[in-house]
Amino acid sequence: MPRKTSWASVNDQLTRYLFIGCAVLVSLVILSILWFVGQQGLATFRHVTPLEFFTSSRWNPDRGQYGILTFIAGSIGTTFIAIVLGAPLGLAGAVFMGKIAPSSLRSLLRPVTELFAGIPSVVYGYVGIVVFVKIIRKTTGSATGFGLLAAGLVLAVMILPTIISISEDTLRALPDSYEEASMALGATRWQTIWRVLLPAAKPGILTAVILAMARAIGETMAVQMVIGNSPLFPHSLVTPTSTLTSDIVMEMGNTPYGSTWNDALFMMSVVLLLISLALIILVRLGIQKGEAK
Amino acid sequence: MSAYKGDGVILMEDKIVVKNLDLYYGDNQALKDVSIVMPEKSITAFIGPSGCGKSTFLRTLNRMHDLLPNVKILGRVLIDGQEIYSPDMDVVQLRKRVGMVFQRPNPFPKSVFENVAYGPRIHGEVRKHRLNETVEQSLRGAALWDEVKDRLHKSALGLSGGQQQRLCIARLLAVEPEVLLMDEPTSALDPISTMKIEELVTVLKQKYTIGIVTHNMHQASRISDHTAFFLNGELIEADDTGVLFTRPADKRTEDYISGRFG
Repeated sequence: MPRKTSWASVNDQLTRYLFIGCAVLVSLVILSILWFVGQQGLATFRHVTPLEFFTSSRWNPDRGQYGILTFIAGSIGTTFIAIVLGAPLGLAGAVFMGKIAPSSLRSLLRPVTELFAGIPSVVYGYVGIVVFVKIIRKTTGSATGFGLLAAGLVLAVMILPTIISISEDTLRALPDSYEEASMALGATRWQTIWRVLLPAAKPGILTAVILAMARAIGETMAVQMVIGNSPLFPHSLVTPTSTLTSDIVMEMGNTPYGSTWNDALFMMSVVLLLISLALIILVRLGIQKGEAK
Repeated sequence: MSAYKGDGVILMEDKIVVKNLDLYYGDNQALKDVSIVMPEKSITAFIGPSGCGKSTFLRTLNRMHDLLPNVKILGRVLIDGQEIYSPDMDVVQLRKRVGMVFQRPNPFPKSVFENVAYGPRIHGEVRKHRLNETVEQSLRGAALWDEVKDRLHKSALGLSGGQQQRLCIARLLAVEPEVLLMDEPTSALDPISTMKIEELVTVLKQKYTIGIVTHNMHQASRISDHTAFFLNGELIEADDTGVLFTRPADKRTEDYISGRFG
């Protein structure tokens, strides 16, 4: 049989290399970010012990004190508040949009939800200052109103689109036969949603919540505007404090490159990256577990 | 023949009586003036070509059309003499009494046990030993117990198609219905699973009133006591199965059962 190299097969090969090339490039970019940030960050430990860095809440670069426990507590605290408030609300919204609202209402709500995701975070931060912070000041007697609660509330609103759209997609992707089967057994709509549809959608809902956590923990601008930006350990929900992201953005510009202070900020980015990475791995595991069933 | 057409007196053994039923999907009329009677503890088969309205008709009997928008239903459906489309009818109670098995097996993504226990649970049963009893009885009733008793707590999605369909029947039996509606229950199954379901259905008729939609005329003649033939949304003819398949009154019925169309 004569060997013939057709244009189609050459084209096929070229396309293949193009895609491989793109994949390699993307991986390289990510790896170099990790390498650069990691290298800068680890330099911190030439002057600060890891034990002090992770377990002390004294952040006083002028006096050589580099403890980031405050920021870790701030990041985790705000994220926790955001999830506790935002996840049930978002899930309820998803159930309403996906399973209860008539299609005309749904076709209105869906784009509105997507619009929410497109609002710049500085706008959320502004709303946080003029609404949440003000209310907190009035109701709790806090001097400034800034703190974990304000940041958590703003984040709870910001993660709603993520939770709503992913959960709703999951709910709508469930076969109609589940609903029919349940109704045909004499279940009410509520029983059907609560006992059949939500359990069946659990892997997707879990994914939504974890992605929302990743978004909340990485959010910078809106948090920075309402957290108070003071490196004090958050002993109360309504006293000014800081998170990893807000502190990095506040201080990065003022520190000379190569100083321990600057290195410590890079190390905080590494911590943030690791937390996000851990969350993404959790998502993957959740999806696999859902598929294995 | 007209005894099954529902134009006579309502007899005690008439479990379901349908009178002048019309159904519209939007502007499209899917059922035209259907009147029929389904006697208690017997099997009524609904046959006819695809799109003739037989499945649509079956779904009117437990108000499954309520789940869809733009469906309009006129006429009367009486079960035990009770108007099921009257405004004060409790649809949840109705569906508990009139259960349905679907064309494709549709177990929930839960364990075998939880699938069967679902019905009793939603109707308020919480006692563990009662649930255990009901699950075993129902699985035995659906001729599935011996095959699944060692894997009750594994996912129902791991069962074969035929087992899944019998599981769906068991799930239905667990809510103790009076009427079983089956919408082409064997069309997605292989011949052996089909045979098992057919045997099961003939056993179940001792306790339940059964309505079964089928594409398979042999199935209808094998298992049913009465057969109704639908064409283009109209009920052409309904009679004892033996009579309908040997001496049909209508030319169209004869053409269909002799395979001249459909």
